[in-house]
Amino acid sequence: MLAVRDVAVRFGGVAALDGVSFEVRPGTITSVIGPNGAGKTTAFNTITGYLRPTRGEVTYDGARLTGLRPSAIARRGIVRTFQRTSVFPALSVVDNVRVGLHLSGTAGLLEVLLGRRRLRDEETRLARQADEIVEFVGLRHRRAEIASELPYGEQRLVELGVALAAGPRVLLLDEPGAGMSAPEKGVVSGLIRRIRDQGATVLLVEHDMRMVMGISDTVIVLNGGRVIAEGAPAAIQAHPDVIRAYLGSASA
Amino acid sequence: MRRSGRAVAALLALTLPFWLANPYVLHVVIMAGIFGVLALSLNLLLGYTGQLSLGHAAFFGIGAYTSALLTLRLEWSFWVALPAAATAAGLAGWCIGRLALKLRGAYFVLVTISFAGVVSLVSINWMDLTNGPLGLPGVPPPELGPWSLRTKRAYYYLVLAAVAASSLACKRLVGSRIGRAFVALRENESLAESVGVDVTHYLVLAAVVSAGLAGMAGSLYAHYTRFVSPEVFLFTYTVTMVIMVVAGGKGTLAGPLVGAGLFTALPEALRAVTSWQWQMLAYGVLLVLLVFFLPRGIVPALTAVRRRS
Repeated sequence: MLAVRDVAVRFGGVAALDGVSFEVRPGTITSVIGPNGAGKTTAFNTITGYLRPTRGEVTYDGARLTGLRPSAIARRGIVRTFQRTSVFPALSVVDNVRVGLHLSGTAGLLEVLLGRRRLRDEETRLARQADEIVEFVGLRHRRAEIASELPYGEQRLVELGVALAAGPRVLLLDEPGAGMSAPEKGVVSGLIRRIRDQGATVLLVEHDMRMVMGISDTVIVLNGGRVIAEGAPAAIQAHPDVIRAYLGSASA
Repeated sequence: MRRSGRAVAALLALTLPFWLANPYVLHVVIMAGIFGVLALSLNLLLGYTGQLSLGHAAFFGIGAYTSALLTLRLEWSFWVALPAAATAAGLAGWCIGRLALKLRGAYFVLVTISFAGVVSLVSINWMDLTNGPLGLPGVPPPELGPWSLRTKRAYYYLVLAAVAASSLACKRLVGSRIGRAFVALRENESLAESVGVDVTHYLVLAAVVSAGLAGMAGSLYAHYTRFVSPEVFLFTYTVTMVIMVVAGGKGTLAGPLVGAGLFTALPEALRAVTSWQWQMLAYGVLLVLLVFFLPRGIVPALTAVRRRS
């Protein structure tokens, strides 16, 4: 289980997170929502090691993640995507995914230089896995195309494929639906459900309330760097503090 | 079609000293081969990890001095001195990689330039070890059993083997998860980290392999010219390597070799037809034209043409 305990992050005098604690139950889809500047992306950056908290810690299955490098956190099965589209721009779709499979490979420098036969089997396996993932995110028809030349929505699917390739036990998605059309959002929601059904835990930050309420098992609401509510979607929608937070930010 | 093309190229390379009788031309070919290894080595960093090393002559020079000193002072065999030179340069690459862990772009470039400057100063001033500006004459040619690789023809085959081995090493690296990690570092570092690519580890690894290859080229150079002086650290060597990689096509396997061939032969060809001032001018103009019309390099341009047809 992923647990965030009393995490605070300060940028100069500003508290982006101010004592945030929550747990993400395994095998669920949990959404983090909140007005702009509530600290959602800061929370993601802290969990995945891109930011060091001023206080508090993040643990996964009891082991401390805080202080580890992002790559070390990924090795423990916690993998994220980014709010702004983030692919390997000059690589093809399938090559993007193959980079994502880095942790599934084992080849070391000497083996590679000596050209061991075992490597060829590994490369074949990785190529097959990459194809399966490209198929899973629905980009088989784009397989060989350069990632940066794809339309925005498809680039986000590439990004999802790269993250999936890293074999996440917990997948953190930062606004997976941002900038997508309604049908594209539907596709992404379907994929997120399938990812959960295959056993992964999904934690997502999302602004689209229809999407959040439609797929989440649990919703966590952040405002001003604090958790103001946590619960099932229906309960959250009726929560007075949540309504106030959103109306407040809308009128500001 | 490609396979037969490759077979012809291999046959040409293997028989070249027999139909190319002119020793001067053979000399140029040997130098092109040594620069080919250097360009391949620089390409690993510049083309794949995207980091520009402007101190690459330092690794070349460290290899040349290591090999020269080991064979001259300790009378080691060339065949032991060559890997030792690669190792010494690789160690230097490791130091630079560690130093530059947090540095990218311009800062990485500055560190590599300063490093080359320091090593060059050491070679000039540590008289007891390096003989200072006078250099180290009399570096022995490699011996192979009863034969001495003293002739250009024999040395050509040694360099050819080195080019082939370096190309194979680069090809295997680039086609592996290690090469993909290099490219990931170039393309999008934070995304690479997020899927578990330990970016600093792979940057150091690229620096070590790249420096090691450059050190090997340095050793080949030392035992070919049989003289090593602080000139091996000249910035012009580094600039030439960068030109070769960029003009040939960085991030491609064949590009550095094409660039090395072209930019070793070109000054020689120009020297044959015109005076020194015009040589430099022509060289400069050609370079500008290349960058202007083929910004990604010769090999990517050829690949694009072939794909279209």
